[in-house]
Amino acid sequence: MSLFFLSSGMFLGWSLGANDAANVFGTAVGSRMVKFHTAAICCSIFVLLGAVISGAGASETLGKLGAVNALAGAFVVAFSAAASVYMMIRLRYPASTSQAIVGAILGWNFFSNTPTDTFELTRIVMTWVACPTLAAITAIIFYKLAGFLIPFCKISLFRLDKWTRNGLILVGAFGSYSLGANNIANVVGVFVPVSPFGDVTLFGLLPLTSAQLLFLIGGIAIAVGVFTYSRHTMQTVGGGIFKLSPVMALVAVWAHSLVLFLFSSQSLEAFLRDMGLPTLPLVPVSSSQAIVGAVVGMGLLKGGRGIRWKTVGGIACGWVTTPVIAGIVSFICLSVLQNVFMQTVYDGSKIAQKQPAIIETIAPAAAPGHELPAVLLQQGAEPRS
Amino acid sequence: MSYGGILRKKIGIEHKVDAFLDLVSESGMIYRRGVESYTSNDLEAFKSHLDQIVDTERQADVLRRSIEDLLYRRTLIPESRGDVLRLIEGMDSLLGHFKGSMFRFEIERPRMRESLVKDLTELVHCVVEAVEAVTCSIRSFFKNILAVSDHLHKVSYWEAEADKLSTKLQTAIFRSENLELCESLQLSAFVRHVDAIADQAEDMADSLAIYVLKRAF
Repeated sequence: MSLFFLSSGMFLGWSLGANDAANVFGTAVGSRMVKFHTAAICCSIFVLLGAVISGAGASETLGKLGAVNALAGAFVVAFSAAASVYMMIRLRYPASTSQAIVGAILGWNFFSNTPTDTFELTRIVMTWVACPTLAAITAIIFYKLAGFLIPFCKISLFRLDKWTRNGLILVGAFGSYSLGANNIANVVGVFVPVSPFGDVTLFGLLPLTSAQLLFLIGGIAIAVGVFTYSRHTMQTVGGGIFKLSPVMALVAVWAHSLVLFLFSSQSLEAFLRDMGLPTLPLVPVSSSQAIVGAVVGMGLLKGGRGIRWKTVGGIACGWVTTPVIAGIVSFICLSVLQNVFMQTVYDGSKIAQKQPAIIETIAPAAAPGHELPAVLLQQGAEPRS
Repeated sequence: MSYGGILRKKIGIEHKVDAFLDLVSESGMIYRRGVESYTSNDLEAFKSHLDQIVDTERQADVLRRSIEDLLYRRTLIPESRGDVLRLIEGMDSLLGHFKGSMFRFEIERPRMRESLVKDLTELVHCVVEAVEAVTCSIRSFFKNILAVSDHLHKVSYWEAEADKLSTKLQTAIFRSENLELCESLQLSAFVRHVDAIADQAEDMADSLAIYVLKRAF
């Protein structure tokens, strides 16, 4: 039964592979710079690596938004998000898996009467604005840099073509790794608190924790989605918003990958914290938003005339409707599963004992010498009703 | 074809484009020497230059087909290959014009008046220089796009000079009292045919300027 409940996570992973792989390699495949099979193999390998090695950071934050505490509930949350994303794929709009899962979790929160951690929710929603903006700024900076370096270094047309192809594969691999690290939380994040697995050692060589095993399964589902359903999306993403040159495609994928990495790297967060600098929240950001932000940024740099604003508008509408639809679907499905199929979709006793996330998040981040007031920490240790 | 194979082919194509442009450049020099031989009544040398230009055109055709094949079959420079093919075909057409003009001399054997030879030689010089300038521009387009404009303005200059000489020659032909009308018409058509090569070079330069703009960062 546990494995059956995990199937919705697999469905969500498949949807993410079908939808988000196009964000990483769509411009490269669409412009015929990289073959689909090369892109699919590279994407699958690095998504898996990113998920297993660095998937934990963003998952923690998602867990704080709403710790879905019953396997059937997690099943519905993942299914609702997957169904919303699949619907958007069918409508040919690059949906956001991150937004879908957040919407679905909020649907579960409403259904189970769990108070939503508004601090975490605000942090996540803020990144929905920050992510495309940051991607646009990054793309503009790197495109300007490329515009200076390429003519300055007198790179010939064919050599530039060769380097761009290599660059698209390298940056695509980095993007796939970041996608796996950042978005695996969307796929199996809700199953982490209710994981049916224990710690295992694969082939007697590779020790994996129960969460890492979930990430591995989710990563495989993403890879299957990449191979089976992303070809068409990849081929249409290339010129959907703005006709990109191969160099622009490279810069777009680089900006997208960098932004995803910034929002998922625990090491970078630790480094910034050690240096006393402000850290970026480790939240699952939308790779669709990142790539759209990067493409629109470069389109604006070119004067904005070539941007298909109608398509951008449609995508932006999708960003609003996806979490709403996922939330409604989640709420309805939870109701059906609980009342018709008599399944436990949430554990009321665990909700009462849920630890507040705000203090957990702030306390370790507080700079040395600036300890949080004892009262606050004491409050944080108390169960929240 | 493996990915490494594609990269190896691309290095090959770079040399092929270079070799093709060398042939176009050479054909201009052969054409100039051929016309000089004809106007100095050295028909044997002219015939030798005609054979040379036919051979050059054949080699260029082989290279052109090979470049087209590589660009399309191996999907190299997918974004620019349409423009690149138009450039290559345009240059091939210029080479064809040189050959056609030489054949016209060979077939029609026009009687060149002493008074016209100097201007005709000068016209051929301007035409060859216009083609040479467009060849340099295209080389820069492949190697260093910023240098294209250094050569493009020369094309316009030589084309304008060729127009002036063409007008001067045609005026001289039709105002000459010792030329029959049929002879005047034949020589005038010759001059227009030679001048048309510079016009085509200028058209290519205009297209190239647009391709450069399209690739601007």
